[in-house]
Amino acid sequence: MIIEAELRSTKRWELTAEGEEIAREGSHEARVFRSIPPEGLAQSELMRLPSGKVGFSKAMSNKWIRVDKSAADGPRVFRVVDSVEDEVQRRLQLVQGGQAEKLGEKERSELRKRKLLTEVTLKTYWVSKGSAFSTSISKQETELSPEMISSGSWRDRPFKPYNFLAHGVLPDSGHLHPLLKVRTQFRQIFLEMGFTEMPTDNFIESSFWNFDALFQPQQHPARDQHDTFFLRDPAEALQLPMDYVHRVKRTHSQGGYGSQGYKYNWKLEEARKNLLRTHTTSASARALYRLAQKKPFTPAKYFSIDRVFRNETLDATHLAEFHQIEGVVADHGLTLGHLMGVLREFFTKLGITQLRFKPAYNPYTEPSMEVFSYHQGLRKWVEVGNSGIFRPEMLLPMGLPENVSVIAWGLSLERPTMIKYGINNIRELVGHKVNLQMVYDSPLCRLDAEPGPPRTQGTA
Amino acid sequence: MPTVSVKRDLLFRALGRTYTDEEFDELCFEFGLELDEITSEKEIISKEQGNEKAEGASDVVLYKIDVPANRYDLLCLEGLVRGLQVFKERIKAPVYKRVTPNGEIQKLIITEETARIRPYAVAAVLRNIKFTKDRYDSFIELQEKLHQNICRKRALVAIGTHDLDTLSGPFTYTAKRPSDIKFKPLNKTKEYTACELMNIYKTDNHLKHYLHIIENKPLFPVIYDSNGVVLSMPPIINGNHSKITVNTRNVFIECTGTDFTKAKIVLDVIVTMFSEYCENPFMVEAAEVVFPNGKSYIFPELAYRKEIVRADLINKKVGIRETPENIAKLLTRMHLKSEVIGDGNQIEIEIPPTRADVIHACDIVEDAAIAYGYNNIQMALPKTYTIANQFPLNKLTELLRYDMAAAGFTEALTFALCSQEDIADKLGLDISATKAVHISNPKTAEFQVARTTLLPGLLKTIAANRKMPLPLKLFEISDIVVKDSSRDVGARNYRHLCAVYYNKNPGFEIIHGLLDRIMQLLNVPPGEKKGGYVIKASEGSPRTSPAVLVSLLFLILPAWSSGIKKKKKKKKEGRKEEKKEKDKPYRTLNLIFTA
Repeated sequence: MIIEAELRSTKRWELTAEGEEIAREGSHEARVFRSIPPEGLAQSELMRLPSGKVGFSKAMSNKWIRVDKSAADGPRVFRVVDSVEDEVQRRLQLVQGGQAEKLGEKERSELRKRKLLTEVTLKTYWVSKGSAFSTSISKQETELSPEMISSGSWRDRPFKPYNFLAHGVLPDSGHLHPLLKVRTQFRQIFLEMGFTEMPTDNFIESSFWNFDALFQPQQHPARDQHDTFFLRDPAEALQLPMDYVHRVKRTHSQGGYGSQGYKYNWKLEEARKNLLRTHTTSASARALYRLAQKKPFTPAKYFSIDRVFRNETLDATHLAEFHQIEGVVADHGLTLGHLMGVLREFFTKLGITQLRFKPAYNPYTEPSMEVFSYHQGLRKWVEVGNSGIFRPEMLLPMGLPENVSVIAWGLSLERPTMIKYGINNIRELVGHKVNLQMVYDSPLCRLDAEPGPPRTQGTA
Repeated sequence: MPTVSVKRDLLFRALGRTYTDEEFDELCFEFGLELDEITSEKEIISKEQGNEKAEGASDVVLYKIDVPANRYDLLCLEGLVRGLQVFKERIKAPVYKRVTPNGEIQKLIITEETARIRPYAVAAVLRNIKFTKDRYDSFIELQEKLHQNICRKRALVAIGTHDLDTLSGPFTYTAKRPSDIKFKPLNKTKEYTACELMNIYKTDNHLKHYLHIIENKPLFPVIYDSNGVVLSMPPIINGNHSKITVNTRNVFIECTGTDFTKAKIVLDVIVTMFSEYCENPFMVEAAEVVFPNGKSYIFPELAYRKEIVRADLINKKVGIRETPENIAKLLTRMHLKSEVIGDGNQIEIEIPPTRADVIHACDIVEDAAIAYGYNNIQMALPKTYTIANQFPLNKLTELLRYDMAAAGFTEALTFALCSQEDIADKLGLDISATKAVHISNPKTAEFQVARTTLLPGLLKTIAANRKMPLPLKLFEISDIVVKDSSRDVGARNYRHLCAVYYNKNPGFEIIHGLLDRIMQLLNVPPGEKKGGYVIKASEGSPRTSPAVLVSLLFLILPAWSSGIKKKKKKKKEGRKEEKKEKDKPYRTLNLIFTA
């Protein structure tokens, strides 16, 4: 410290300009009193005096004067008393003479209210030599420069301390979308588990691959206009693998491969209808069909994450399009226990360890199981996925060997992401209405890590 | 998934014990049901219509239970109780029998006029049934549940139930001109023609949903008794004459439809569920249906089918090691009466008429697994050895995404569906030039087409984020869809990259620089030499003039043969650039500028 400065403040009372005038000339009421001759004065005349208005009302309330309203030429003012003591003037003169302390608190505040007195605070600094007193002045340095280093002057230069309480300047950077960051993690998990990615770059699908190939009957409610987007143009698929189509038709309408079938009139026109795929299982069906054509059979593990479309009623958690995550394993002798084992490994990688399985119904898997996990926050079991073993009526017409089982599971990408990032409305996560600030601020996606503490910094 | 609502106390009385909500929830979970909600009529009304309306409504506790969509036998209290009691081995599954009456069998004759509109009918009689208010309500509710589910909102099958004592057979199922059908419908006091009824029901909140099934047909289906009394005009409404009440003792059930198999299943479900309340429980009186070709059939079918499945197959599919005897016991608990036969490894399973969902051995395997308890199954990892591969297009996309972000651009995620306007009019294009696929049944304009360009989504993202500090630098790498007759479905996806720079000053060099950076990342050198790229002005801007057009020639590279299309755009208050790929031997990207 070069110098030390000590703050000393004093308070004193001072007269205002009006107060000084009164100290000199007397209060307005006293001046009014004095201007009234013994025979009285017309009120209108009195009001024209400089102190008239204020002085009149004060003198009236002090009962120094009176008004005779019955006078011939209008109201007339008369003295009531012979002489008056001008207290106000006297008090102001005391203050002027530096004796303000002689007045009581009440008297002072009354004068202050009349704007005749003000309290003035005087701040002064008592300056003395500091511990590092010097007569040569140097500025504190904020940065170390190459010159300081080469000249060695940094040794003697004073440096300004860093302010760690201030926020730093965020770097200019691009940002990845939080949902797609989660997608990357899911891809990573599947790849770590040895699953090969299926091509899913075909949003348009025929009813055949989307439904019929999966042994989903043509009257199934999902094939309703209310649930599925059908196409007007191109309305129908141009080509279908007709050999396979015939096997599918027979299985639906008459059964076969050990099945009773659905026993209905299967129509090719219905299978040709184009639609926006309602699930990526259509892509899985294509992948399994391709696998079935390879001889001899080679075991396979497949996955996909891509968009699917539903003509549904929209709400806070449902949009017309969302991403589906799907995993498939095809091998000899796979069991329900294997499905559960794979699911356990998969969900463990997501940081979900408490699982249980509920019997369920899916048109194309049997047995089917819904996967539930215990949600600590909600304190209940919530559904986290759906799974099952594909029906033989789906696999055998494709040409897969009879002892090959295919286990599969699926879940949406949006739901775990919403839980992960604490988002309640899906529109805040997906689509053009998202707040880019949310994208800028979203943290890394580490699915297996414990949820971090709530963010304390506000948004920039 | 259908939801069945049952009175809790009634359910517990039928189950012969009470449960806490948690215990019952647990039981449901194990059996593959879901206790969805615990509520009361009062609560439901007050939630939907407000507290005043709920005044005086019943506050009896209701359990709303989600039932798997293929288990029609669990759609009413009777079926749920029977299923759970057999599962818990408290009762044995009843045996359903069709009996021929001592007197004359009820006959339903189908005339050929029905052939073009609703050709199938089945029928049965519940004799000496004893309803109570609750049973009656459940009977009506089951029909409604069946109508909504397996009957596909009455399109495939419609059910009519009648007080047989008010009618006299034989019955005729025929089809007539709507103006020739006249009767007093359910709960109405006067007669109307079918034409009048169709008008009246247009404003009926319940029935208006079924009118379309027959609306434009020249003939309407109708069932008469021998005195010309109308039983019903399926699938719309029954006649008032044969209306059933709590006091009805003999019920005639007819199901008409376009799907014979489902009509038979529906009839089986109704009679198996409610024959419980007949004087001879689970006995169903047969009815004869004569088809137009003269052939006659006896219904209900109530067919029991036998399947033989090897115990080791079940063990192998589930991943357990149970003895054949135990497996037979497990299946019996699932309403599939089973016994070990033959070499001691074979199980003979009897599939009752209530379990129409069992059509393959895999359905039997599932039931064994459910009875064993899914959560008791030992988990194992498949020994399937595979090498993972990424889909090359996605692999490249992932790599590019990271470098786009590293270049300072932020990733947007926009919808693949949009309005026609978004991809055509707003970009100054004619919709026919876009080769877009069109959706036939969009509920709103937002879902008219699949996008043919990523640009509208990015521009809309900017529009929604105008309060954000400038500049905005956005990109998206995702699929667009166009018609393509070389593909089996007549359309294909292309993977596009689109980027937008938005600021107060144009900054063309920024988006240009990003393009150069992308080319650098893809190892495409600038210049006209083989494998390089150049930017050239091109003609025919779809945008407003004056326009500066720059096109980019992008000589093809082997790495790009996966069909990746690149697109890049820029927008700043009226300025826009766009680059597009063209056919071989080089790709063209159009940068479109408008000032």
